Amino acid sequence: MAVAPEKARGVIYEGTRIPTPIPTILRVSDELMATGDVMQVNFGPNHPSTHGVLRLIVDLYGEDVVGLEAVIGYLHTGFEKSMEQKSWWKAITYPERVDYLSFQANEMAFVMAIEKLLEMEIPEKATWMRMCLCELNRIHSHLVWLGTAALEIGAISMFWYAFRERETILDLFEMVTGVRMHTRYFQAGGLAEDIPTGFYAQARAFCDQMPKGVDDYESMLDKNKIWLERTVGLGLLSADDAIALGQSGPALRASGVNWDLRRDQPYLAYDQVEFDVPVYYEGDVYARYRCHMEEMRESTKIIRQCVDRLEKMNGQPWIADDRKVVLPPREELHTSMEALIHHFKIVTEGYRVPEGEVYITIESPRGEMGCYVVSDGGAKPWRVKFRAPSFVALEATATCMHSGFIADMIAIVGSLDTVMGEVDR
Amino acid sequence: MSYEGVPGLVETIEAHGETTLVVDPARLLEAARHLRDAEGFNFLSDVAATDYLGWGEGEVSGYVGSRTGRDLNHPSTFGLQAIPTKKPKRFSMSYHLLALGPSPRRVRLQAWIGEDESVPSVIEIWPTADWHEREAWDLMGVGITGHPNLKRILLEDDWEGHPLRKDYPIGGEPVRFSEAE
Repeated sequence: MAVAPEKARGVIYEGTRIPTPIPTILRVSDELMATGDVMQVNFGPNHPSTHGVLRLIVDLYGEDVVGLEAVIGYLHTGFEKSMEQKSWWKAITYPERVDYLSFQANEMAFVMAIEKLLEMEIPEKATWMRMCLCELNRIHSHLVWLGTAALEIGAISMFWYAFRERETILDLFEMVTGVRMHTRYFQAGGLAEDIPTGFYAQARAFCDQMPKGVDDYESMLDKNKIWLERTVGLGLLSADDAIALGQSGPALRASGVNWDLRRDQPYLAYDQVEFDVPVYYEGDVYARYRCHMEEMRESTKIIRQCVDRLEKMNGQPWIADDRKVVLPPREELHTSMEALIHHFKIVTEGYRVPEGEVYITIESPRGEMGCYVVSDGGAKPWRVKFRAPSFVALEATATCMHSGFIADMIAIVGSLDTVMGEVDR
Repeated sequence: MSYEGVPGLVETIEAHGETTLVVDPARLLEAARHLRDAEGFNFLSDVAATDYLGWGEGEVSGYVGSRTGRDLNHPSTFGLQAIPTKKPKRFSMSYHLLALGPSPRRVRLQAWIGEDESVPSVIEIWPTADWHEREAWDLMGVGITGHPNLKRILLEDDWEGHPLRKDYPIGGEPVRFSEAE
């Protein structure tokens, strides 16, 4: 879909709509309050369309939303504190559960942080497989978003179509890692296991199926009058406001900011694959939806290129050969005392990571996922902090809800693509 | 890339390909404004507070277990690789900045504060700091001055203590119905 050329950056609306003095709270004006017709309602925390447990305190003047405050924390589980108590390689399981839809992206951010502190080189095969799985994960996350966000505004059948392709992706994950979600497949140094035979054929079949799937979704939504009425021109966010509010991912690109970490600050081997970064300039719910759709097509392209490369790497190592960090190969345990000792040491005591602090950012399905790790040279992380894109996305609710209706709130909050597990951590 | 002109700059650290600018907390706001307006760091990616209580107090382990080290019943107690460098104060506040534009750069703006000290809020420079700073206050108990709405964000309003501090025990919350009341 072509981008309207007359929509230059920053003309979505004049000036800024970020509320002052508190950027995340929309306050009711005194005149409205004086009318006595403002009603305050609690939306959530237990409501099917809050993508988890989000509470919005909404001030209503008739159908108009005149005040809004988001209250979070209902899913706070203290991941960061728990990780400080675990050895490095056990802590890898935690980031996946932080955002249960983009588990592999989160896991990779943390693993990359460990590798950066260890100054470790990882084999080419692991790099490309990580990229392949992260893109599959992106499609998976976008599909769940599409299914649930459309479901909330009435497009019920979308959910079943989106979950049809999602099932295929989960089958692929199961084939590679043994589990469908929270795969724990990335190790510091590479991958936990070799890629199974048969993965490439099935991944290719998926790459053939996926674009047709996106065509299906588009044919159901793109010309659907109800869908257009409920998404076009709603939840506006200008480029400058989006940057000031720290938005990232599809929400940022839908506001006309041409920014994607995979292209602009490449990690893994993203500088060696060809893909486009979809940018839309309308800054509304519909533009965010379009961004998600286009990104699924682009991810399919990347997966195809990854599979092509990986197929030529048969027989190559999938994990670095560093016995102080990486578990020795299983077969060596029966013949080599040395390998047995290393295995025992890593399993019981873990490995130590040199002192230092690093900040890793990757483009997760939801935007800029950051992972700040501090090590004191011991066997456990000293401090882990996640920059959760969903947490930041919710900060934009008050700005996006500017002069909106209560019914639009569902569509707008949904379009910001938040996962509450990640917001509350 | 030189950051000589940053107000209140104490130290520039280059490590792991990342730049850390340590600034005087009293001049943090000036430094932040300079970085945004003169250096183009328009995007605040993250604010991370870290507690360094007990940093480097563990011993370096040798082959024989050290006094505070190795306990076979508690894995991962086998000491440090080396004694880490001393930290100036108990808490660090790290602001991860990004210059989002044609020539992207990242920098970490860092300020060190003691237990009863506080940092100024950067909310007027980057509005996204609102929730990040509330989180730093809520979980780490770092004082933030000038924040218009500094209250707990992830925990309940009547929560006691700041769980990410090193002196806050894990499993520190009372478990309901665990004993006769």
